[in-house]
Amino acid sequence: MGMKKKASLFYLFLIALLLLLFVGSLAYGAVSIPFMQVVDILLGKETDRIAWNNIVLQARLPQAITALLAGASLATSGLLLQTLFRNPLAGPSILGISDGANLGVAVVMLYLGGSLKELTGWSLSGYMAIILAALTGACLVLLLIIYFSSKVRNNVMLLIIGIMIGYLASSIISILNYYAAADKVHTFVMWGMGNFSGVSIEQLPYFTFFSLLGLFFAILLIKPLNALLLGELYAANLGVKIKTTRALILFCTGLLTAVTTAFCGPISFIGLAVPHIARLLLGSSNHKMLVPVTLLTGSCIALLCNMLMVVPGSNMILPLNAVTPLLGAPVILYVIINRKNIQYFD
Amino acid sequence: MKSSPVIETSNLSIGYLLKGGHRKVVHDSLDIQVHTGEVTCLLGLNGAGKSTLLRTLCGFQPPLAGTIQLMGKPLESYSQNVFSLTVGVVLTEKTNAGGITVYELVSLGRHPYTGFFGQLKKEDHLIIEESIEAVGISHKKQNYVSELSDGERQKVMIAKTLAQQCPIIILDEPTAFLDVTSRIETMVLLRQLATQQQKAILLSTHDLDLAIQMGDRLWLQEKQRPMVCGTPEDLILSGSFESFFKKEGIVFDPSTGKLNTTIPETPIGVEGDFLTSYWVGNALVRKGYRPSPVNKQHININCLSPKQLIISYPEQKQKEVNSIESLLLSL
Repeated sequence: MGMKKKASLFYLFLIALLLLLFVGSLAYGAVSIPFMQVVDILLGKETDRIAWNNIVLQARLPQAITALLAGASLATSGLLLQTLFRNPLAGPSILGISDGANLGVAVVMLYLGGSLKELTGWSLSGYMAIILAALTGACLVLLLIIYFSSKVRNNVMLLIIGIMIGYLASSIISILNYYAAADKVHTFVMWGMGNFSGVSIEQLPYFTFFSLLGLFFAILLIKPLNALLLGELYAANLGVKIKTTRALILFCTGLLTAVTTAFCGPISFIGLAVPHIARLLLGSSNHKMLVPVTLLTGSCIALLCNMLMVVPGSNMILPLNAVTPLLGAPVILYVIINRKNIQYFD
Repeated sequence: MKSSPVIETSNLSIGYLLKGGHRKVVHDSLDIQVHTGEVTCLLGLNGAGKSTLLRTLCGFQPPLAGTIQLMGKPLESYSQNVFSLTVGVVLTEKTNAGGITVYELVSLGRHPYTGFFGQLKKEDHLIIEESIEAVGISHKKQNYVSELSDGERQKVMIAKTLAQQCPIIILDEPTAFLDVTSRIETMVLLRQLATQQQKAILLSTHDLDLAIQMGDRLWLQEKQRPMVCGTPEDLILSGSFESFFKKEGIVFDPSTGKLNTTIPETPIGVEGDFLTSYWVGNALVRKGYRPSPVNKQHININCLSPKQLIISYPEQKQKEVNSIESLLLSL
């Protein structure tokens, strides 16, 4: 029962870290605002400058909540894919699922309507169009991957197929870009660099609803995910309805990836690396603890990336996808080099 | 006294459904039975269809024709959940369970019994402990599965089926990839479970020796031939083994229970101390002689003790040697 104690300690530690990073994200940004002023703003007190009020409540707060949810969504989606494909190097970006969602968004953004920036003024159907397009793209790629996974048993080959699908989707996006209007292409490219600041306070409820829906599904899948550690035949023998479970996992992964991609752009590495960080921290592949720890770690890492995007001493902001590989790639390299000594690789 | 079979097939045809409604029949007209309290070993060369048969009996693929009765009821009447309470499997499939503990893996066997979130009750914990105890791996229950040897992993998978509390356990080549000691341990464990816990155990294997030694019942599966079933000794004495292996250019020697490419012809009489004469016989077979009853017409060996072997040649000459090595040199 040492494991349970360890897990509860981790929950406490991660929640504390999460709060710290969340407050950090509100206090630290391109515009420097004294910390006590931030506290006052959050407590609803009057402050010296109204602009600070706006920055903290209208920009930083939704951005921090977005990062928190996006990190949790991507990390969880990565974990589900790694368990489903029994491949520790699977993830939404490496299997081309983000690119599929990206393609869906590109079609809507470049041809059917404006950009996400204009979406602020859009109706509910506007967000739904983007989310549905991203979900369609993500699920199409997932179906393709499932089809190929029945043909190709080799894990590495399947990853390469995912990368190829990603290239194909990117290539179609380039072609779409070529024929689209220049201003739309510009906003699309900016969006494609990844950003937690794209979700306005008005859009936030939608983003929150769909992310929580996906995460809720993931928590419901904990029991069959553990059985799947033994492989599909063993799981079937333990009474797991394989087809239904697989469909649910795919839908859940598709939803989490699609919603995040629709609002924040394609974000690399969080989905791939965070499940590894969680497993290494926790020392267990038991999903009962691994799902919550992955979810919390994902939020922490995303908030950390959100803070790292701010170049210290200047008011410059780095693109998100310049920061995530800095944290993610070393983790993956570490895991690959040490795979012989890492239990869950066996 | 024989209990009614827990698995009974009638005119069963196994194989695959291909595209366009074609069928690839691997084996047909199978009438086979598995009994409680017995270890049944399925023998057959690669490609004979052992895995297809086991997969069909495990419910992983449908039969092409015929019926399978499980505990007296047709297989297709079982829901997936009831089936998981009836048949537990150990497969050759690679698992990704290295990162969970032995206890956690065995607890997966409680899966069909637990609720939506898989929460274990006191009773479940008790059954898990008992299952781990039964396969003799209690000292490693908090270890990661990745820290176990292949033999220990096999035991853990067997413990999982015990936690599943199924009357039938089906194992696909449980001794493949194991070293000699683990093979024997695994087979002895399965025998114990059959006799002490009254499980019906069906396994496929390539270990002829172990199957003859530990199997209550053997099935010899071969392409385009009816399945031969029976106790190992009956199959040996009736010549079923010989005809089973003959086509493959391999000879089964019923006097030794071993396989060879040729059966030695030249007879040598062996008598005396039971243990010594058994191993003298073993050495003779290796050198191309056939151990036989004593006969004045050919060479005879009287094994008084391992250090005292008397060779009698047909021309009345006698010679005493003090080891099997020098015996072989004197022939």
